[in-house]
Amino acid sequence: MSVLSRRELLAAGGVVVFFSLVAHAAPQAGETRKGDQGANGPKPVAPGLPGSLSKFPMLDAWIRVAPDGKATIFTGKAELGQGIKTALLQLAADELDLPLSSTTLVTADTGRTVNEGVTAGSHSMQDSGTAIANAAANVRLLLVEAAAARWKLAVEQLGTENGTVRAPDGRTLSYGELANTLSLHVAARTGVARKNPSKRRLIGRDQPRVDIPAKLTGGIAYVHDLTLPGMLHARVIRGPSHGTRWTNLDVGLLARLPGVIKVVRRGRFIAIVGPREWPLIEALRVAGQTKWEPTHDPWPAGDLAAALKQAPAQNLPILQRQAPLAIPPAQIITARYTRPYLMHGSIGPSCAVALFDGENLKIWSHSQGVYPLRDAIAALVRLPPERVRCIHMEGSGCYGHNGADDVAADAALTAIETPGRPIRMLWTREQEHGWEPLGSAMLVELKAGLDPLGHIATWSHDVWSTPHNSRPAGPGDLIAGTELDPPLAPTPPKPIPQPEGGGDRNAIPLYQIPNATVVNHFIPGAFLRVSALRSLGAHMNIFAIESFMDELAAAARHDPVAFRQGHLADSRAKEVIRFAAEQFGWSSYRDRPGRAAGFAFARYKNLGAYCAVAMDVEVDADAGRTIVHRAVAAVDSGDAVNPNGIRNQIEGAIVQSLSWTGIEGVAFDPQHRTSFDWSSYPILRFADVPRSVEVHIVNRPGQPFLGTGEAGQAPSAAALANAIARATGERRREMPIART
Amino acid sequence: MIEIEVNGAVRRLNVDPTTPLLYVLRGDLGLHAAKFGCGLGQCGACTVLLDDEPIFSCITPIAAVQARKVTTVEGLGTIEHPGAVQQAFADEQAAQCGYCIPGMMIRAEALLRRTNRPTEAEVRGALQPSLCRCGTHMRILRAVRRAARARGGGVPDPAEPVK
Amino acid sequence: MNEAGKAAHHLARAALVALGVIILVFVLFVAWASRPSIAPITPPAANLFPARLVERGAALAKIGNCASCHTASEGPAFAGGVPLATGFGTIYGSNITPDPETGIGRWSQPAFSRALREGVARDGSHLYPAFPYDHFTELSSGDIAALYAYLMTRPAVHRATPANRLVLPLRFRPFIAGWKLLYFRPQPYRGTDLGGYLAEALAHCGACHTPHNKLGAELRGQAYAGGWVDGWYAPPLNRDSPAVRAWTADQLMALLRTGLSTTHAAAAGPMGEVSHNLASAPEPAVRAIATTFARNMADARANRGEPALPDRAAAAAHQHPLGAALFQGACSSCHEPGARMMIEGRPPLEVGSPLHESNPRNTIQIILGGLNSPVGSAGPYMPAFGETFTDPEVAEIVNYLHVRYGTGPSWSNVSADVKRAREGRNP
Repeated sequence: MSVLSRRELLAAGGVVVFFSLVAHAAPQAGETRKGDQGANGPKPVAPGLPGSLSKFPMLDAWIRVAPDGKATIFTGKAELGQGIKTALLQLAADELDLPLSSTTLVTADTGRTVNEGVTAGSHSMQDSGTAIANAAANVRLLLVEAAAARWKLAVEQLGTENGTVRAPDGRTLSYGELANTLSLHVAARTGVARKNPSKRRLIGRDQPRVDIPAKLTGGIAYVHDLTLPGMLHARVIRGPSHGTRWTNLDVGLLARLPGVIKVVRRGRFIAIVGPREWPLIEALRVAGQTKWEPTHDPWPAGDLAAALKQAPAQNLPILQRQAPLAIPPAQIITARYTRPYLMHGSIGPSCAVALFDGENLKIWSHSQGVYPLRDAIAALVRLPPERVRCIHMEGSGCYGHNGADDVAADAALTAIETPGRPIRMLWTREQEHGWEPLGSAMLVELKAGLDPLGHIATWSHDVWSTPHNSRPAGPGDLIAGTELDPPLAPTPPKPIPQPEGGGDRNAIPLYQIPNATVVNHFIPGAFLRVSALRSLGAHMNIFAIESFMDELAAAARHDPVAFRQGHLADSRAKEVIRFAAEQFGWSSYRDRPGRAAGFAFARYKNLGAYCAVAMDVEVDADAGRTIVHRAVAAVDSGDAVNPNGIRNQIEGAIVQSLSWTGIEGVAFDPQHRTSFDWSSYPILRFADVPRSVEVHIVNRPGQPFLGTGEAGQAPSAAALANAIARATGERRREMPIART
Repeated sequence: MIEIEVNGAVRRLNVDPTTPLLYVLRGDLGLHAAKFGCGLGQCGACTVLLDDEPIFSCITPIAAVQARKVTTVEGLGTIEHPGAVQQAFADEQAAQCGYCIPGMMIRAEALLRRTNRPTEAEVRGALQPSLCRCGTHMRILRAVRRAARARGGGVPDPAEPVK
Repeated sequence: MNEAGKAAHHLARAALVALGVIILVFVLFVAWASRPSIAPITPPAANLFPARLVERGAALAKIGNCASCHTASEGPAFAGGVPLATGFGTIYGSNITPDPETGIGRWSQPAFSRALREGVARDGSHLYPAFPYDHFTELSSGDIAALYAYLMTRPAVHRATPANRLVLPLRFRPFIAGWKLLYFRPQPYRGTDLGGYLAEALAHCGACHTPHNKLGAELRGQAYAGGWVDGWYAPPLNRDSPAVRAWTADQLMALLRTGLSTTHAAAAGPMGEVSHNLASAPEPAVRAIATTFARNMADARANRGEPALPDRAAAAAHQHPLGAALFQGACSSCHEPGARMMIEGRPPLEVGSPLHESNPRNTIQIILGGLNSPVGSAGPYMPAFGETFTDPEVAEIVNYLHVRYGTGPSWSNVSADVKRAREGRNP
């Protein structure tokens, strides 16, 4: 993108967005592997500014005001179905004093927005929301200053409302009129006051999501719906699962099948292209008759936990807290918890559209990270990054790193070979199940010592896991890259450092324990293909820790809620626990055989949102059913921008976690995955969702945003386990814990 | 040449009669609400009404659709004039990623055409063939209960009290 | 009195006598048919029953498939409410939890035993033979005691069983005594084979797999020659088995324990529930049953030699072009070679028995209603096509498949059978 000349700037009118080349710099290869999921992207250039403003301080990177007074807001984050589009507009519109309907949001696009790395780790509100809110406050101030200069009044005398600046005597100037005289290509100033929470119109209120109406009425809402002139459909041909490949595929036969107008072939990468989808689906089935072979050493299809423990690992202590003990612990309790591989299981298999015009490549993708994806694909197809543009368009919920990046690469390679024709590449259900990176299998071993008063005196937590991040940092991280001739090598996986963590996310207990050791056994040599699944290691670590807390509470003969409170100093943690227990009616609930209540709590990453969950669960062993009668959660996400959005995310997290924890587990044999569709990888259906779910928000206006997308899954898992233990007398430590 | 009736309009198409209805709706008729989720009749993202019954359009060949009425979400209402079911889903904000929701709305519509006083068990049973991965189930149930009330009835034994 | 008056008087008197005789016969019949009530007891405390006995009872209940008729879908265990369609109307499986008012909480063990052995409830009323006491009568007293211990230690559920909806005469329970007189004798099991005992006395396989007469009594002389249940055909389990692949003990085990035999098909319809329960029954017991039936079918066609299986695709498409097109669009994504399900070893259509049976009913039922995983939530699944296809379209697909793969007798008027299947009627 070139810098506009001053004449062009004025001629265009309004306020123009453009980026300095500095702000546009691509992260170095491998940088996506360092640091946490959401903090990828360039290094801060203005560390004093909040959120992503520290990396992109120029206001016009975030906001542009048109001559008609409408504002376009830019974010480097993506809408994943978590409601971020609406929440960011609420922030901007409120801080700008514009009606919501006068704002539009442009989301992650390497051609138009800043590089805020990956939309992950529940960072969107923290990074982008903070930046946008502060940028908006800055822009509002600039508009007021411009009006003050014109009217020769003091800034303090002026107010803003509904897209206009108002003078005490009633004179007004619209933002549109003012914008003509203003350049927003200035850096944000530190210390510009945000709106007083008592004056908010939009922030903190339930706001209907701006993306829902189109989704309810058949609008073009997903990349799957994108239709471009001359577009061709495509399907990729691979072995049945990751870790397999076809032997002796008869490409000539494929090319002759009806509806196949082209076969794209690069090394072992094979895609078929045609004008209509159904013939391609049928051709895929014909291709399915080809023999396949494994491409790896046999996977441990037996005792997975033993295999994890024996695999070569980096043993990384992440906590070593020691204090002298007056007396040795009165009781020592140990327990071991396991989790199988879990699928993202996006309802819509991954999809991408790519168009190569001979020089430039444009890709529409639902990847969570369009910038790193752009760089990886550019390297894959050997184009300079500036000739590759990657635009985020929604897919179905991804819950982490699913097939989105790989299918984008498949589309790109195919598009390069069919210049001038947009290519819509769609994975089949079986391909999504077979090839998506999974949530890692994990093992946790806990040991704690209780003092004679029933307090935890000693604690050790060991977690074994394969990686939680294989997001594309280079072309060898894309499946297509491994199929080229010669194949490109994947980036060696690295642990995500604390305080975010990968397999060790939330492995450090928030509880006050004088002696505590936590070791992360990072297993780089994954068996099955793995990457980030929503909450990463937190689901497993909190399942273990919070199940264990109940086991300790029982040994200490304390009520589980009181036991937790007695070990916490964080007042916000104590408050969500108190609130959830109160709303649930914990103190008056009576367990009985076959039906009991379970409780759990976590602060996501020990830095993010606080969430406590209580569940009333019935186990009918004879009918083979587990019924969640009622789930009650309390959540503190800091400053709640859209409370309904928060409730939506936590309700969803509870149900999603009941499925993960209760019934899921990827099936595989030594050669390939045998979970290939919904019949072989069932997830929770309506008959088994809770009877009722309530979410109560502890709102902290003015406090930092803490994100909500990953806060509910981990405590829900343990609440279920604790309820089942109290209902049946059986402590189930190996997920899935409620299979029929 | 195949003639089918979709959302009240007769459409003539020159397509292979074995083609499942889903690809005709999305590819030939520009109706994108019904979604591809599996192509196997397992997830319900493709659900549309055939006469008044919910069916998986991904496994319904177009040859079976002639002489019967197809209704998609686009036939239930528009952004400007949403139908009762769509309005109920909007009022409950019953969507996260939203991908499964068209199928859910079709199943709700089919249920409410049969009765505007379904029991809680009937509502859950009607939605059972459709999968949601985001965990929006509670809101979907609230939306269906709300839609039942909007149609002059209501769920007599709701699992959650009406707000 | 004149002549006409005398004749009328005689007629009236004859009528009165006849009426008196009928009433007398009726009263005698009711007296003969009536059985004494057994005194109700206080529901016994759960801890009175030894754990081992309860455990044995649990296993027996799985093999006996009790849940199938006594646990409503999504309902509490054994609380009844399951509608059973018989040729004479609908009977509801009763609540057999130890609830004192709506269940069997007040039944003593002798009362329970009499119900199983003689088909008589605690209050003396006759039980409809939809409850297969003609099989349970052969249970040993030890097994009856175990079942009693198990049921009496289940959570009591207060749930009244819905009233039966039977044709008028049958609502009069004493008539059942007449049925019993003709068709039922309490008796112990006379064989020595564990599998045979379990199949006859407990799993009551013959209740579905043996033909019945018009009054619903099993034709014992034609044991396992095939029967009907809930609109499904229960194929022969003897030398007339239509299977085209051998039913070995191992394959029967696989079907009974996992719901899937990879050389045949998935357990469908009512058999799905049987597999669901047997999956958690003790392995040796199920193996005994499997061995017994493998022996029973040792002379069946496929056990003597598996026939070559035709694929007359061209002829079938020629004779039934619509069926071929519908199959292509609706079914090929799962059922044709190269489909992922086939790659993963799910059995192809032609090895399953339905396409080789004497009638199209099971093929029709599976197409109309689909299939849910019989054992566990992960397993064979097929969507239902009942709303997708009209009766003629279903018939077209069925006919197409039969021409393409069938090796048994020809099927006629399939369209009419589709209609009967939708109505849940046995032929």
